[in-house]
Formats: sequence, C-alpha cells, structure tokens
Amino acid sequence: MDFKDYYSIMGIERNASQDVIKRAYRKLARKYHPDVSKEAGAESRFKEVGEAYAVLKDPEKRAAYDQLGANWKAGQDFQPPPDWDAGFEFSGGGPAAGDASAYSDFFESLFGHSFGSAQAGRRPAGFHARGEDHHAKVLIDLEDAYHGASRSITLRTPELDSSGRVTTKQRTLNVKIPKGVKQGQRIRLSGQGAPGLGQGQAGDLYLEIEFNPNSLYRVEGRDVYLDLPVTPWEAALGATVKAPTPNGPVDLTIPEGTTSGRKLRLRKRGIPGNPPGDLYVAPQITLPPADSKAAKALYQKMERELAFNPRSRLGV
Amino acid sequence: MNQKTLTGILLDEGIDLSLNDLSRACSSSIEWVIELVEEGVLEPIGHEQADWRFPGTSLQKARVALRLQQDLGINLAGVALALDMLDEIDTLRSRLCWFEINDI
Repeated sequence: MDFKDYYSIMGIERNASQDVIKRAYRKLARKYHPDVSKEAGAESRFKEVGEAYAVLKDPEKRAAYDQLGANWKAGQDFQPPPDWDAGFEFSGGGPAAGDASAYSDFFESLFGHSFGSAQAGRRPAGFHARGEDHHAKVLIDLEDAYHGASRSITLRTPELDSSGRVTTKQRTLNVKIPKGVKQGQRIRLSGQGAPGLGQGQAGDLYLEIEFNPNSLYRVEGRDVYLDLPVTPWEAALGATVKAPTPNGPVDLTIPEGTTSGRKLRLRKRGIPGNPPGDLYVAPQITLPPADSKAAKALYQKMERELAFNPRSRLGV
Repeated sequence: MNQKTLTGILLDEGIDLSLNDLSRACSSSIEWVIELVEEGVLEPIGHEQADWRFPGTSLQKARVALRLQQDLGINLAGVALALDMLDEIDTLRSRLCWFEINDI
C-alpha cells in the first residue's frame, strides 16, 4: 500500500492552520469538482483532495496522521506501525454508506476500523421503514448506447453483522441497458436498494450511466464527435473516404477546399433516441512526412510552383 | 446469486417523479426539495404541492445540487447560480460548435 502525503496533495505546509486547510480545500474542490470541471482525471483528483481534507480538518485524525512522521514520501510502500493509533479516539465521519470505495486503502488502514459503529443498535420491535435508495455507476461503451446491452454489475454494500461489525456484502446484478442512453442518465431498479426494516419496502437502486473513455469519440448528450485524419490532397481536392462510426464504417464525402476547424455533420448518426443525436466529424489535415527523396521532391515542387503564403493575413 | 436480467426504468423526460421519490433518492428531506423548487432549480408540473410531478431528468439536477452543496459548502442560491452557469456554458459550447460547422 502506498503512503499518501495529504499535505502535498492539498499543496500546504505541514504546520498549516485549520483556516488555511479549509481555504485550500475549498479552492481545490471548486477546481476539481466532477460536476463542474471538464479536466481529465478531475474526479480522482477530487476524491484524493476530499480524503486529505477528511483527515486534516479533523484535529484527532490530523494529530494521529502527523504522528506517522514527516519522513514518509508519497508512493512509498506503507504499513501502519503496530498500535500507531493508541491514545487516539476517532468519532466517525467516514465515507457515505453505500460508497465503500470512496477512500483509498491507505486511509482505510488508518481510520477504517472506526466507521459505522455509530449505526449499531437495535430498532424497537414492530418498527417498519422503507429501505434507503442506493446509487451506483454503471460503465458502458458508446456502442452499447447505440445498440442496447446487458451489463453485469457488482455492488459492494457495507453492512453490520450480528455483532455490530461492519462487513462488505457483495452482490451481482444483471441489468439491461436500453438503447439510446446518455451520459449521466439514470436507470431506476425498483426494490434493489437497501432492504426495508420490519415490513417496510426495500429501497430503489439508481444506476448512473457513464461511458468508458473512448480514444476515437467524444460524446455530448446524444451528439458524438470524431476527429478524422485526412490527407492535404483529400482536403484540397475533395474525396470520398472511409470513416469509423459506432455503428460501423461509412463512406464520407470530404468537400473540396476543406479547411482545419471545419466540421461535417452526419445527421441522426449520433446516439439513437427521440430526437436522435448527430455525428460530427472534424477533418484533421495530416501532412505526409518528408522522409524520402521522392517525398522531399514533391514538397520542393509545391514550394516552387504554388505561390502560397499562409501568413499573408498576418502582414508578413 | 441472482442471474436474471433486470430491466429498469430509464429516467428521461417522459418519466414523472414525485416529491417523495426525489427526496428519497437524494436522502434529503421533502423541505430540501421544496427549497430547490423555490430557487427555481427544479420545475415541477402541477400547481398544488401535493400534485407536483417532476420530469425524470430532475433527479440528475437534484443530485448535482446535493453534491455541490455538500462538497463546496455553498448555499442553495449559490448552487442555483452555479447550475445556471453550467447550463450556459453547455449552450455556449454547442453554439461554438455550430459556428465551426458553418465556418466559411
């Protein structure tokens, strides 16, 4: 397990005051909040910052963490020393129920044991309540949104055993993903949330759709974007080229005189639905390398015969 | 192990949620959802609170509101402002894209 340097994660000194810690957290949280930030990796950065703050804002946890000493480096292999936490008492404040993976193994090994104990205790007989709703993410491929799919998902739910200890229960569900789903959309599975108490109904499970990162396509709502490399002659003279789409390859007409930054729209070739999305293709004009005599000669011929100054608008 | 394939309900514009559905799905109080309506974040159909129906897409918005409120420590007026601005950024992005398509 890797040691985590919570101070460097938050970009603060080891002797920072609680006010400084809070300000640093607020600033980083705004920057990396997954609902606000479009930066790649924002979500994992946000979780890391959240974990660092959960420890450093709490004087008990911070003192215990500081006791590990300043000699540890981030990423170093780490095992908590025996009795490292003797004399400290933690008052809970762990990750939200149903989100067992919220914090790192490093955090769990230090502070994990004290969670959930506050929930122990018996309900009076005859008490009925509806179970809580649970939320989980389901990762699908873009192609699944085009065709529909079924996904097997494994959920880990923290539960209290008969002696009041927290254990993680695993269950696997097969779920149908309907055609035409969008990023962030939710599927409700009635009765698949937490069990009810007494004769109370079980809660619901909400699955949030998230697309696996895709090296070809970018998705916004039901619209899909593709960068398509084209040769300078295809762009200049026009051509019909093969282009991939999540539905299989198509023949695409590149109009004569295509320039960088221009986009071509393929209507209704985005994610299906009512209305269906469009597929946007951005041609990327790609130069052949001048890595042979023949290639060099061709470039030199263009240089001689085409009176072309791409900087004429710049006045030079 | 349950290997039957479950079919859920996709929460799109065609699905209605009640005040209770939303508050339960956000583990929040009914009052919190009412405040979201008062801030104009959620727009239910129906005049009386008892008849309120929310479009299925409201859950996504309510969950984002909940996370912004909890994670960034902003009040609901601030959450409403942030959500409006995020919507506006999305609109500007798609307009920018439109201009690129019609590039001369």
